[in-house]
Amino acid sequence: MSDQAAPQAKLVCRNLWKLFGARAPEALDRLGSEVSARDLAEAGLVAAVRSVDLAVQPGEVFVIMGLSGSGKSTLVRLMSRLIEPTSGEVLLDGQNLLAISKSEMTRIRRHRMGMVFQHFALLPHLSVLDNVAFPLAVQGLNRAERLKRASAMVELVGLAGREDAMPRQLSGGQQQRVGIARSLAVEPELWFLDEPFSALDPLIRREMQDELMRLQQVLKKTIVFITHDFDEAIRLADRIAIMKDGEIVQCDTPEQVVLNPATDYVREFSRAVPRAKVMRVTSAMEPGAGGADLAEVAGSATVAEAAPAFLQGAEALQVTGPDGAKLGVLRRDAVIRLMLEG
Amino acid sequence: MASLSPATQAPAPKFRQVSVVLWIAALGLFWLFWKHGAGLAPWAFDYPRAWTVPVARWISQAMKWLLNDATFGLFTFEQATRFIAAVIEVPYQVALSLLSTGFLEGQGSTATQILPPLSWLAVIAVFALIGHRAGGVRLAALVVGCLGFVAVFGQWTSAMVTLASILVAVPLGVVGGLLLGIAAYRWLWVERVLRPILDLMQTIPVFAYLVPVLILFGFGPTAAIVATLIYAMPPMTRITLLALRRVPSELHDLGQMVGCTRRQLTWKVLVPSARDPLMVGVNQVIMLSLNMVIIASMIGAGGLGFDVLAALRKLDFGAGLEAGFAIVALALVLDQLSQAFARKSWGQPVQGSWAHRHPYLLAALATVALAALLGLVVPAVQSYPKTLEISTGTFWSNVVKWINVNYFDTLEAIKNALLLNLLIPFKRFLLSLPWAGVVALLAFAGWRLGGWRLAVLTAFLALFIAATGQWEKAMTTVYLCGISTMIAMLIGVPVGIAAAEKAGLWRWVQVVIDTLQTLPSFVYLMPAVMLFRVGDFTAMIAVVAFAVAPAIRYTALGLRGVDPRLIEAGRAMGCTRSQMLTRIKLRLALPEILLGLNQTVMFALSMLVITALVGTRDLGQEVYIALTKADPGRGLVAGLAVACIAIIADRMLHAGARNARARLGLAEVQE
Ligand SMILES: Nc1ncnc2c1ncn2[C@@H]1O[C@H](COP(=O)(O)OP(=O)(O)O)[C@@H](O)[C@H]1O
Ligand SMILES: [Mg+2]
Repeated sequence: MSDQAAPQAKLVCRNLWKLFGARAPEALDRLGSEVSARDLAEAGLVAAVRSVDLAVQPGEVFVIMGLSGSGKSTLVRLMSRLIEPTSGEVLLDGQNLLAISKSEMTRIRRHRMGMVFQHFALLPHLSVLDNVAFPLAVQGLNRAERLKRASAMVELVGLAGREDAMPRQLSGGQQQRVGIARSLAVEPELWFLDEPFSALDPLIRREMQDELMRLQQVLKKTIVFITHDFDEAIRLADRIAIMKDGEIVQCDTPEQVVLNPATDYVREFSRAVPRAKVMRVTSAMEPGAGGADLAEVAGSATVAEAAPAFLQGAEALQVTGPDGAKLGVLRRDAVIRLMLEG
Repeated sequence: MASLSPATQAPAPKFRQVSVVLWIAALGLFWLFWKHGAGLAPWAFDYPRAWTVPVARWISQAMKWLLNDATFGLFTFEQATRFIAAVIEVPYQVALSLLSTGFLEGQGSTATQILPPLSWLAVIAVFALIGHRAGGVRLAALVVGCLGFVAVFGQWTSAMVTLASILVAVPLGVVGGLLLGIAAYRWLWVERVLRPILDLMQTIPVFAYLVPVLILFGFGPTAAIVATLIYAMPPMTRITLLALRRVPSELHDLGQMVGCTRRQLTWKVLVPSARDPLMVGVNQVIMLSLNMVIIASMIGAGGLGFDVLAALRKLDFGAGLEAGFAIVALALVLDQLSQAFARKSWGQPVQGSWAHRHPYLLAALATVALAALLGLVVPAVQSYPKTLEISTGTFWSNVVKWINVNYFDTLEAIKNALLLNLLIPFKRFLLSLPWAGVVALLAFAGWRLGGWRLAVLTAFLALFIAATGQWEKAMTTVYLCGISTMIAMLIGVPVGIAAAEKAGLWRWVQVVIDTLQTLPSFVYLMPAVMLFRVGDFTAMIAVVAFAVAPAIRYTALGLRGVDPRLIEAGRAMGCTRSQMLTRIKLRLALPEILLGLNQTVMFALSMLVITALVGTRDLGQEVYIALTKADPGRGLVAGLAVACIAIIADRMLHAGARNARARLGLAEVQE
């Protein structure tokens, strides 16, 4: 395997396939991996995931973006082995999940994975607190301990005071907060979110995205986030994998996806995204150090985030690295040009 | 107007023409054979005795073998049935002692009561508390009213005997059905085995398995409860399976992701999530159990059913009606209570002490204790005072007498006119048809409606009826069922149309047909017998009354479910009200109405068997005779013949509805 990131990657998928339909493995062997969608359809098979290779790094927010039916849910279910792949490998910390026993897989799911669902998947007969404590109850933790941990999680997602409410008494946004709290209750290393905000109103959705970013700053989980909303992907992602018909067509940082789309399909998505929103200041700056009186901006900020400083009259900003090193200078006219380009 | 929209377009006209020609040819052939075939092939008209397959004898022999010789290695079949009987007997005795007899010491007439049964006031109070818990003051008031009615009219003791059977049958039926449903959900092979059995159980008439149950378990309440379980468990199994299948897949995934074991997944995720449909199943089990406990009075259930049965045998209308009303009151209470529980969603958990968490239980226990103590001093608290009972028996007998004195001629004239002009000619016509021709025609119809599989199925089932020597009786059943269905549709469809057009009317109609459907089928016999005495006509009246509800319901629901956009389009084109109804709504509602017809046929068949009590001469009578003679083979074979008729009608009408839906471009409904 040539992928150099592999040794320290949290989760790796290698040549992962999932075909739905009768006798899928034989069909895949027969047709080979260069098979076209049409041939598969003729064999009565649906190729939900096709030859996916990816590596998720520890602590990163890895977003899988694609339209409905592109295979996102199938991919995330393969990663957690809720369904068996037709062929390929899934490695968690270098351990092949497909080779381990059922009980070992159950143990991994119980302690190392959490999942948030599009339609919340709350249990209707349990209160908020018991819903959050449910994964702990399944593990057999005693009641006092699990309620203590669940209360902490409920508080973390901002639902303190609603512990005794039943799910149906909550709004959609609140229900998903419960879903998030529940998935975090086992303190997972790997956190799957399958379109967690798609069922919510746009305003609530934004609020929840902010909430997620806040949580991630505290928790620093390894996140696999699924969405069909390109803007959401841009906002949240460290890296985006764009899926089409079961294949990943591009896997890159938001900036690269917008600035250098790999295919016309990706370009269609990125067209409407303002460059300033994805471009890091390091990409727009001139190298070298400016004057000593310049205000500073972190190199990891986007141009849009740096822009308000120019409103207050600055002509240029000093771009600094994480260690405080002076990386370059961001000039007013470069920012204006970017903002005007849209 | 034929092409209002793509959705209403007919298939290619050529295809339809071919179909019509084929039908005319088939019917023509059939007619020719009927008119002129008797000389050529007499065997095709009267099924030759020599060809009869003695299925009834085989079944009886198998039954004998089961009883006498069968063993499962460790224990014999007889021991197994004894064991089941014991399992049921114990809780039944407890329930009966609690509600009716009190706890006794010693045997027979020398027994002395060591503890009295629950006081009637306590029972009413406990039910009122349950009602209050489930549906507030209104439901509590309804419950008190209904049970009070039972007490006032002197039906308390019988009602409690019936209730005791139900209290035992319902939990067993619910748990059994739930477990079977879960097993079928979990293991495909269980479902494969269960499905045909469930299908058959739905169509086989209840009397048919009363016979083997009677033989295996003897005459008495235990046998009645076994029969009730056999009757009420299949729907629960079916509903459980459906409910589990409909649990959102996300919840399934959730269970897996948090690492549930199979058992945790089933009991902590799937079953609680499926609560609402499961509660509908519980309601079904309760109502079916009530229905069956009443019918099972024939094999010794006792209680209200026995009162109705005895009254029917003596033609004592007053007593029969009173018991009938008590059954209605009991049905209302049980139905409303279980529906209210089904509607209630999960409540918030209550914190605090035990008494805090269970206020209703505490109140119920307190009431029971208080009533028991008071009952020691004041007898009227212990049992409803006889002097305060109102008997309407004589009143009703007088009403019937009065009707008969004043309207005998009118009623008789109506009855005779219908008998002579409709019933008897139709019966003669059906009986004159050659069985071989009918089998062939059914196969043809099956082929046209649903392909060769349906053709083979219908031909096989029809042949079974002929081969077991029951053709004539079956034709009598078909005739009574056919006429009743026709009249039920003639009443039900117009009422359904009227109800669909007026929302206010629909609400009332809905209440009425919902109530009608909760009534045990036995209840329908009483008024029919009162007015028309015994015979085919009486049976027909009872069947129509029982089977009209689905005809109304499906018509109204079908019409109300028509896509409003199509109605808009019709209005835009300037359709009048009647054009709208006949050209758009009724056409589009046709598949639904066909399903209503199917339900009406099924209801009619199930009621028809019970009308054997009022002296019909059909398969139902055959089953009934087998029951009185305790002849399992004869009873089961006749029961299977009824099931065959039901299955043929069901599959054909379903295929017809499916075709109609496809023709109209409507989506397939999931059943
Ligand atoms: N259990 C299944 N059986 C057959 N086809 C399936 C199944 N699950 C998903 N598919 C198909 O796989 C494709 C991808 O589905 P999914 O992963 O749910 O897409 P997404 O989550 O991106 O909307 C779709 O065409 C879908 O119809
Ligand atoms: Mg999806």
